[in-house]
Amino acid sequence: MLFVAITTFAYEPMDNQQHLNAAAPNEHSEKEHVESTTFDAGKMILEHVADSHDWHMWGEGDHAVSIPLPIIIYSDKGFDVFSSSRFHHGHASFQSKYNYRLHEGNVVVFDDLTGNIDEEATAKLTDFSLTKNVASMLVTMLLMLWVFITVAKAYKNNQGKAPRGLQSFVEPLIIFVRDDVAKPSIGDKRYEKFMPFLLTVFFFIMFSNYLGLIPVFPGGVNLTGSISIAMVLAGFTLLITFVVANKHYWRHVFAMPGVPIPVLIILTPIEILGVFLRPFVLMIRLFANITAGHIIALAFFSLIFIFGEMNTGLGFGVSIFSLVFTVFMGFLELLVAFLQAYVFTLLSAIYFGSAIDEGHDVHNHVDDHAVEKH
Amino acid sequence: MELVKPSIGLIFWMAVSFSIILFLLKKFAWKPILGMIKEREQSIENALAAAENAKEEMKALQSNNERILVEARAERDQLLKDAREIREKMIADAKGLATKEGERLLTIARDNIQNEKMAAITELKNQVATLSIEIAEKILKSELSSDEKQKTLVNTLLKDVNLN
Repeated sequence: MLFVAITTFAYEPMDNQQHLNAAAPNEHSEKEHVESTTFDAGKMILEHVADSHDWHMWGEGDHAVSIPLPIIIYSDKGFDVFSSSRFHHGHASFQSKYNYRLHEGNVVVFDDLTGNIDEEATAKLTDFSLTKNVASMLVTMLLMLWVFITVAKAYKNNQGKAPRGLQSFVEPLIIFVRDDVAKPSIGDKRYEKFMPFLLTVFFFIMFSNYLGLIPVFPGGVNLTGSISIAMVLAGFTLLITFVVANKHYWRHVFAMPGVPIPVLIILTPIEILGVFLRPFVLMIRLFANITAGHIIALAFFSLIFIFGEMNTGLGFGVSIFSLVFTVFMGFLELLVAFLQAYVFTLLSAIYFGSAIDEGHDVHNHVDDHAVEKH
Repeated sequence: MELVKPSIGLIFWMAVSFSIILFLLKKFAWKPILGMIKEREQSIENALAAAENAKEEMKALQSNNERILVEARAERDQLLKDAREIREKMIADAKGLATKEGERLLTIARDNIQNEKMAAITELKNQVATLSIEIAEKILKSELSSDEKQKTLVNTLLKDVNLN
């Protein structure tokens, strides 16, 4: 329910923008052509941070080398599957069930004769493409499968002995999640059934964060900084909280014990909102932290080109500072990458813990509110 | 593609693949890994407890040994002391017995000697008496062989009487 609300909120300003763009498509493309001669830092950064239909490797504009990714469009006419290379970096339309074209990274229905976007038909499209983020997500997941199934085998072969190799790298993290995240937040007895989710979330966020810090293929994708990915992860947390939540939890939400009815009228809506707000905050925190990291790194590099355009010497001078700052930020991002994985896992564990809490302690709801401040 | 606009395609793929990877990792990775870690921790804990136990036992054994040693030493001392006492007692007893026996033998010897002496003296007395009588007989015979001699004797005897 919450996600539908976010989705509609998020759509609104974008729609307005599209209307504006659609109103003067010819003028816009001309303007774009002029702009491409000078360096636009904002556009470059957003292009790198956002999702796209091809995996950019190197080069700029029309000479860019990228891996085309499959486009899957569902519309009222059924599924359409084709390669994004058909768009020729957004310069060509592709005629299938509709006449598709790439506009600012989005697949739209395009009228070649008038040069206008067919808004009505575009609204019917749903984009299920295997985008850069989906590809990167699959890379991350395959890496996880490989790492952890290898490690699991190592445990079987190495039974009862000290960990070796990859195993000794992963084990402290697993034990960290178990002993410092799950056990204290959920409780020594019931933490076990949440471990698979917590470990998967922790390592998925950590792996994709670190892969995102590697600037070359198959890294460099702002995966966990994508709101959709963060939303799904937070959605899983919410879903599991709902599934495991006991009577005590719901009672605290709908009718806080020991609170008079007039106060409940105010408190209950807040509590209900809080239930959804928690995963929402999880989502925003992860998305904002990782995206910010990518934007800062790109912004420092953009400085080089902005100053370089003014004066070549100045560009070289600034590059030294940019490099130093980027390296510094890189180290910070290494920390943030781990920290965000930890925070997401810890808060998820705390929410699960509060959902299955039997509440023998009368003042237990006080603890719940203390948790909110994290 | 805008930054804060959730994309339905991405959400769909993420939800599907995350569910799959959650299932796969749970079955093939987390379960065995967590199981093995737990098992290993258990075995390490057991091993530590066993080592602690062994140490305790060793300590107990050691103190036991020491106790036994002390007891053995005490027993040895006791035995030595007893032996010494017995030896001394035996020597003392033997000495006592020997002395008594010696004394007894001495007494017997002395008695015998006394007896023999008495017998010898008696014998001697008898012999002397016999000899004296024989001598006196012979003297008397020779003295009283002539009248002359009888008269001289009487005279001498009378003289002695007068003198008294």
